[in-house]
Amino acid sequence: MPNIEVNGKTYETDEEGYLVNLGDWNTDVADFIAKVENVDMTDQHWEVVNFLRQYYDEYQIAPAVRVLTKAIGKTLGPEKGNSQYLYELFPYGPAKQACKIAGLPKPTGCV
Amino acid sequence: MAVELKAPALREYPVVPALQSDAMKDVVSYVANEKIQEAIGFPGKLDEGWQERAISKMGDLLGKYRSLRVFMDACVHCGACTDKCHYFIGTQDPKNMPVARQDLMRSVYRRYFTTAGKLFPRLVGARDLTRGVLDDWFRYYHQCSECRRCSVFCPYGIDTAEITMAGREILDAVGYGQKYSNEIIGKVHRIGNNLGLPGPALRDTLLGLEEDVKDETGVDVRYPLDEKGADVLLVTPSADFFAEPHVDSLIGYGKVFHAAGISWTLSSYSSEAGNFGMFIGNYEQLRKIAMRIREAALELGVKRIVVGECGHAWRVAYSFWNTLVGIGAGGKDPFAIELQRQLDPRHKQPTHICELTWDLIERGALRFDKDANDHRTITFHDSCNVARGSRMGDAPGGQFEIPRNIIRAVANKFVEMSPEVTRERTFCCGGGGGLLTDELLDLRIKGALPRMESLKQVVDNHGVNFMATICAICKAQFTKVLPYYGFKMSMVGGVHQLVSTAIRLGDSH
Repeated sequence: MPNIEVNGKTYETDEEGYLVNLGDWNTDVADFIAKVENVDMTDQHWEVVNFLRQYYDEYQIAPAVRVLTKAIGKTLGPEKGNSQYLYELFPYGPAKQACKIAGLPKPTGCV
Repeated sequence: MAVELKAPALREYPVVPALQSDAMKDVVSYVANEKIQEAIGFPGKLDEGWQERAISKMGDLLGKYRSLRVFMDACVHCGACTDKCHYFIGTQDPKNMPVARQDLMRSVYRRYFTTAGKLFPRLVGARDLTRGVLDDWFRYYHQCSECRRCSVFCPYGIDTAEITMAGREILDAVGYGQKYSNEIIGKVHRIGNNLGLPGPALRDTLLGLEEDVKDETGVDVRYPLDEKGADVLLVTPSADFFAEPHVDSLIGYGKVFHAAGISWTLSSYSSEAGNFGMFIGNYEQLRKIAMRIREAALELGVKRIVVGECGHAWRVAYSFWNTLVGIGAGGKDPFAIELQRQLDPRHKQPTHICELTWDLIERGALRFDKDANDHRTITFHDSCNVARGSRMGDAPGGQFEIPRNIIRAVANKFVEMSPEVTRERTFCCGGGGGLLTDELLDLRIKGALPRMESLKQVVDNHGVNFMATICAICKAQFTKVLPYYGFKMSMVGGVHQLVSTAIRLGDSH
């Protein structure tokens, strides 16, 4: 398994750079993964990442794209509650890239 | 992504591409780890003695599937298949020619299962099954989407998909499985769907959809879960709950049931139509996954089973469910017989959602505002497993006509792509058969080339801005690769997304 090193501590990741142990996550790790992904983390990015983590905590899965856009629309304004906005924040796709930065497992299947 | 991937240039004329040996040698699926393998009952890793086990598994398969032996023997290397594979066209790697993909196994077959190959291997192109050969199997049996287009052009009807499936089945049997498919299969056994979406999350998502539809239309359309006594059990790819544009078709199914007054339910136990057991060619996995649908149907007491927009699920449902688990006549165990008694014989079992919708349209049970789709000029992409592995309706070719009939009934502007690349000659989206995974993105972009070329023609000549399809993989794949070819990702969507846009709710009764 490849690993990443943040602040002198080593974290296990899978082949694609997703954290193996969900408990390893912290904001420094998130910043590090974001940098690897070429994502410049702003308050808006954190809004998404924090929502993903809250939702995962409750449901053991990342939220569906529609659930996410609705939640973001409520907090950041209706003009941002759409997947186009999320793609602007996370160009590789909000589900996969945002999950990776949030330290959640990759959504699998036909997505 | 470390390396920036680029789409190949669109060709003006579809000439046979020049060969580039080993062009795709380095594009390899991730190998499943021990945990993933063992969770679904496969050996954890490639261990000593793998070669004998692989040959013995091959012998099993040759005995079990007569077709495989015929395919191994029948090829005369005429070359008709060579330029019919989208992966060969897009990658130029000669090992992606269907005949070469078959020969990866055929050469080994000759060595161990034919007299000439046992005695004079070099004279008949027979090879030992070395680690290098096995690695090539893993590589190139995961560069085939099992779309079966090549078999349409083969004078002997050799089906490369079955050879790919056999290759993957042997690889799994020696502990050399693919991460993407096998991880997903494990999730279905554990949680009930490919995504790993647990019941509470599914319920929350469906309640959210009810709110959205109410906001948009003012009508209380329901998306019921686990409701005993409903007439219809809908099984649909779990991507329909999760992703865009998939969810717009799910919204559409709900509106159709609502408008027609049909009581229906989804099941949290059986929340997946997809069946990756077929992709890996493993009958036991195929059956175990399909079995969840039968159990849910018995538990909920439904009279009819309807399948949502999922290409390979419909092949499994239409072609295998009857003898596999007793949905449709054929299963002989007591539960299969009980289910056949329970299901209403006046309906096709199973029914495709397009059959259900088209039947309602024909009977005048649905009304549409076709103008609502006027911002779209639509073309239809036939999904390979529906086109070449199944049928719909009562007449041959129903799987081609029924989705098109629905589109024409709900929209004013419909345009066909070239007949060379539609219906039974359709090109795969480039992501089917267990290849819809990020590490194969380069292959997926290149494999989409032929479809992108035909799409470009209708975009340029007819102003097409929407490509409808009835497969979750096609939707996810096109969403990802369209931008590489300069198209918008929102160009792709489902047939029931179009239905959803135009359907009138609440006034047909």
